Amino acid sequence: MAVKAISKLTLGPLLFNWEPTYWRDFYFRIADEAPVDIVYLGEVVCSKRAPFFDAHLPDVVERLNKGGKDVIFSTLSMVMNKREAQSVRDLAQQKDLTIEANDMSALFHLRGQPHTIGPFLNVYNEDTLSYMALKGAKSICLPYELSSASIKAIVKRAKEEKIEIETQVYGRTPLALSARCYHARAEGLTKDNCQFVCKKHPDGMDLETLNKEAFLTVNGIQTMSHTCLNLSQELAEMQNFGVSRFRLSPQTSDMVHVAKIFRDVLDRKTEAETAINDLKGTGFDAPFSNGFYHGQEGHSWVA
Amino acid sequence: MSKMELVCPAGTPTALKTAIEAGADTVYVGFRNETNARNFPGLNFNLKELEEGLDYAHTRKKHVYVAINTYPEAGNMALWHQAVDDTARLKADAVIVADIGLAHYVARKHPDLRLHLSVQASASNPDAISFYCEEFGVKRVVLPRVLTIPEIATLNKNINCETEVFVFGGLCVMAEGRCALSSYVTGKSPNMNGVCSPASHVRYDEDEKGNLTSSLGTFLINRFKKGENAGYPTLCKGRFNVNNKTSYIFEEPTSLNAATMLPELKEAGVVALKIEGRQRSKAYVQRVVSTFRQAVDTLESGGALDLSALLALSEGQTETQGAYKKKWR
Repeated sequence: MAVKAISKLTLGPLLFNWEPTYWRDFYFRIADEAPVDIVYLGEVVCSKRAPFFDAHLPDVVERLNKGGKDVIFSTLSMVMNKREAQSVRDLAQQKDLTIEANDMSALFHLRGQPHTIGPFLNVYNEDTLSYMALKGAKSICLPYELSSASIKAIVKRAKEEKIEIETQVYGRTPLALSARCYHARAEGLTKDNCQFVCKKHPDGMDLETLNKEAFLTVNGIQTMSHTCLNLSQELAEMQNFGVSRFRLSPQTSDMVHVAKIFRDVLDRKTEAETAINDLKGTGFDAPFSNGFYHGQEGHSWVA
Repeated sequence: MSKMELVCPAGTPTALKTAIEAGADTVYVGFRNETNARNFPGLNFNLKELEEGLDYAHTRKKHVYVAINTYPEAGNMALWHQAVDDTARLKADAVIVADIGLAHYVARKHPDLRLHLSVQASASNPDAISFYCEEFGVKRVVLPRVLTIPEIATLNKNINCETEVFVFGGLCVMAEGRCALSSYVTGKSPNMNGVCSPASHVRYDEDEKGNLTSSLGTFLINRFKKGENAGYPTLCKGRFNVNNKTSYIFEEPTSLNAATMLPELKEAGVVALKIEGRQRSKAYVQRVVSTFRQAVDTLESGGALDLSALLALSEGQTETQGAYKKKWR
């Protein structure tokens, strides 16, 4: 079946701060068991976290490759100082790796060579896509707030430019980045003296309104949705109009199971309705949302 | 070193004149549609108003920049292209854009139109800025409000274009152009619609005891005891519960005032100072612009800044120097 051949399932970069050994074991299991085609590695949110994973990185990459997964390295999403700029430069200059650019500083180094564009770069329209293609982009993961109408218009141009389009279809939605670390602030600390308090919340820290409604999730300098994006109902439509990569965002719940469910929906082996039910049993209890895709409030759920 | 340029907001033709009379070197404006990041009801310029505004400013040897700084909607680029074409045709002094596709359009179609990079592009480091300079000939970048002054100084030594920074007014605590909080709650965002926490989605409710709650969309953003000063429910300036504690977790309902830091900003190589507030009243514009005019002139002539006048601008509201001070982070 043609659809099956071109629809790839990907696991986006981990956005939270996990214990290094937990991190390693998570990816070992992904490597061995998850039906994903591409795994993105690399610290996207906070440069202070990055060094902790270096020791395990070669083992994880090797295991993922052995498991038949392509590995793409994601760059930091906000680059503010010399050290961060240097780390992006170092990564971008490794010509044998595929790099996902999440800040324009990465694109500065990657232009003219094949690379991918991450969701933290603003590709809101077909003209920007064409420019990215001109600079060597081979695939683009679109920003989170786009509606299906926008995605469709962008995909149309992407086909002409021979660029693959990826969208996140599962997991908490990144909504904002800041220079300020709210995890540290919540503990009365500053970013420079954060004591890595974000480690306490491997799926992010809950933020609720004053009338005790779950609202957002704090993840260091990043603010995310409380809801869990779930576009399983929309997969078939996206496959039809030409999205070819579908991204799951890692959480501590059973991501292998999540991947199997999405793979089955992509392959038409499971109905979306069944998938939604099954996803509720994967150990993540936030309500689902799909509003952005339908041109509505991002937190909403369109059945 | 040349004198720092004072770049002031003009949401209406009246505000444009007011700002120039009060001492603005430059005013920045937008068209009355989704192409600019202050797409509020009753604000902004039509073509005729822009033409008259340009004439008014140029006669007085002042400049007008046109902000076309939202991200064009896929499949609807024509509205943004038209805005750029009109800006070029009317000979505005610069166009301020954020989108890469649009920057490319300006560079290709209107190579003589001076191009500035909007704060909405969130270019926060030398390599990112150099990309825009080399690819599109950007002459100036409006820096995102994420950098400290030492970081700005280092940045200026490593780029080949001018920098402009915000010194007064509303303060995004999130990196501009990289925030979808508003659309998560209301479906409308700064990037796509030029609005944040739009008034159309705001609701205030008072209980029998006179306590007030403010909501955005379906979410409660703040609660005020009777008599407490109730601010506008901008999403990131709300009061929330985290770790069983109630706080302004993102930021207090505060605004930016970097007036006392003008000497340091000049030292750091900044060429232009920007005042936020195209949605503000004529009286506000008059007061803030004239105070900053005086401050810049005093600074340039080597005199001591009158801090009391600058700090008095806040009218008792809380203020911050934001990311310019490292401990803010």
